[in-house]
Amino acid sequence: MSERAELLRMSGVCKSYGVGTPVAAEVLHSVDLAIGQGEFVALIGPSGSGKSTLLNIIGLLEPMSSGEYLLQGRSVASLSDTELTRCRSDTLGFVFQFHHLLPAFSALENVLMPAMIRTGRFSDADRQHGLSLLDRVGLKAAADKKPGELSGGMQQRVAIARALVRSSPLVLADEPTGNLDTHSADEVFALMRQFNRDEGTTFLIVTHDPRLAQRCDRIVELVDGRVRPTDVHDMAASKA
Amino acid sequence: MGFALTIAIRFLREGRFQSLLIIVGVAAGVAVVTYISALVEGLQGNTIRRTLGTQAHIVVKPFEEKSLPSLVARPGELVARDIQPRAQRPRSIDNWRSLATEIAATPGIVAVTPIAAGAGLAIRGEASRSVAMIGIELDSYDRIVALREKIIEGVARVAPGEAMIGQQLAEDLGVSIGERIVLRTGGEAADTFKVSAIFDLGNRDLNRRNVYITLKSAQSLFNIPGGVTNIYATVTELFSADHTAALLKQRTGADIESWMESNAQLLAALDAQTISTRLIRGFTTLVVMLGIASVLVVSVVQKRKEIGILRAMGATRAQMTRVFLMQGGIVGLVGSVLGAVLAKLLLWAFSMFVLGSDGKPLFMTELPLDLAVTVTLVATMCGVLAAAAPARSAAKLDPAQAIRL
Ligand SMILES: Nc1ncnc2c1ncn2[C@@H]1O[C@H](COP(=O)(O)OP(=O)(O)OP(=O)(O)O)[C@@H](O)[C@H]1O
Ligand SMILES: [Mg+2]
Repeated sequence: MSERAELLRMSGVCKSYGVGTPVAAEVLHSVDLAIGQGEFVALIGPSGSGKSTLLNIIGLLEPMSSGEYLLQGRSVASLSDTELTRCRSDTLGFVFQFHHLLPAFSALENVLMPAMIRTGRFSDADRQHGLSLLDRVGLKAAADKKPGELSGGMQQRVAIARALVRSSPLVLADEPTGNLDTHSADEVFALMRQFNRDEGTTFLIVTHDPRLAQRCDRIVELVDGRVRPTDVHDMAASKA
Repeated sequence: MGFALTIAIRFLREGRFQSLLIIVGVAAGVAVVTYISALVEGLQGNTIRRTLGTQAHIVVKPFEEKSLPSLVARPGELVARDIQPRAQRPRSIDNWRSLATEIAATPGIVAVTPIAAGAGLAIRGEASRSVAMIGIELDSYDRIVALREKIIEGVARVAPGEAMIGQQLAEDLGVSIGERIVLRTGGEAADTFKVSAIFDLGNRDLNRRNVYITLKSAQSLFNIPGGVTNIYATVTELFSADHTAALLKQRTGADIESWMESNAQLLAALDAQTISTRLIRGFTTLVVMLGIASVLVVSVVQKRKEIGILRAMGATRAQMTRVFLMQGGIVGLVGSVLGAVLAKLLLWAFSMFVLGSDGKPLFMTELPLDLAVTVTLVATMCGVLAAAAPARSAAKLDPAQAIRL
């Protein structure tokens, strides 16, 4: 554990929905989790166990109810919405289950969007960078196609390129292969693995596919809103 | 700004039909507002121009004669005059030269001219017509009532023994350029004048009534040697004529009236018209803004997922707000440019097909550039304003929720 710099650390993170209403429910009960830089981690668990919720909290998309969360050594609990957004933009890439590309923009423009949000334009240098990323996910020829013209697997590969365009150290993927056939799923998984190896990008991947989970460095299992304790020594064991 | 603009344009293009409808809606609203404004502006401008074409902005009159004590005190032949308070002989303004100088030196006054005018008869052979004989100094008079440009025949000139008459009077008396008429006052003074020019003041009554002669001729006909009956003045600011007149009146004690007082009824009517126009404008603007707002409210709901994605990828609340404000602004701008073009076409159609009895357009109806620019700016601002509420709801959207959908 000591060989990798720590990318994020959570301790005692709880999340409740509908606080103060009759349907209040605690989804996460005191989650402890640490992820080192360059790790390739699977997050598994039964449906409704809070995987997406945890990922959203890690991704600064929603606040935790209590606990402590350090991202790159920085406590995020007290950050304003704008600071959280900046932090998200600088640190995090997302790949979602249902592709979530912007239908009005071409594949290349979708890839460049995180950069464009920061700079306000699609610069030539960015375009070159985006094209090389699309090339690496095997979609250079589809750069000018709209998402609607691409298959599910292709869209997901575009989403991976997009998650990497700002060289974010951490990519969060929520069931990235959930909607794909086995072949496309393997392709998408292999791509993420490849970026992990080549760029040292850290991945946290929610998956229901035990086959893919086995191929990750480490498996974090969420059961009833808690991280299963078996996980703790996995990290050292998984070190390649 | 680049981000907001790019996303706003794509969002609008994506919602093709929706965007088209609301832009057409804005265009229609803007066209109505612009058309009505230009039409009313043209109509009012035309009305005022016609009214002032033959009137001075400010007129100095002699004091009303109120049975002067000197006449009462002296019996005899003067009593007969005293019984007729409206003397045939026009009264002249006391000390008019210094008064005219003082008026001319007043800020806001651009031109001053003395007038000696009174009623009389124009006679040629058997025919006679009652007329207003107006003694003028052509050069300074022309600066107040552009008489020279209204001459349709002959030479614009009043030399001693010459008169300029209107088109209708020339027809009524059957005279043409170079022929002679006799002008006679109520006081039986008469003289013969050669017609030097025939004018058209754009008004049949005035063409029948007004006869222009030199100031000197008029003074001798009316027996007011060296005197004048009125002083005319022109101001730079048309609608401050009443203030200028009041100021002069207070300063000089003379009887001074502005065109705004002598046309008070007309101005009241124009005011009522202006208020109605404003109401129409206000309601149309409101309806258009509600239209833009409702389309954008729907768009925020439709684009929840996209908004969530953009937020996840690092777009701030402020950026999302700007995306929707920008959409409102673009709809306002594009709609109003189209609307201005539409208004121009409508005005063109008006001037082509709505003609006066003479076959000419009723009045000039152009789309003033400043009006078009103002309307476009206001419409763009209204679009941004209308987008405020939808933009707020877009910014408040919880990205985690939007992405779970
Ligand atoms: N906004 C919300 N309000 C109330 N309850 C919520 C909300 N979001 C999620 N939940 C509840 O939290 C629990 C965990 O949801 P979450 O989506 O994190 O589960 P998950 O592990 O991702 O499940 P799945 O594998 O089906 O995606 C569920 O019971 C869900 O109903
Ligand atoms: Mg989930």
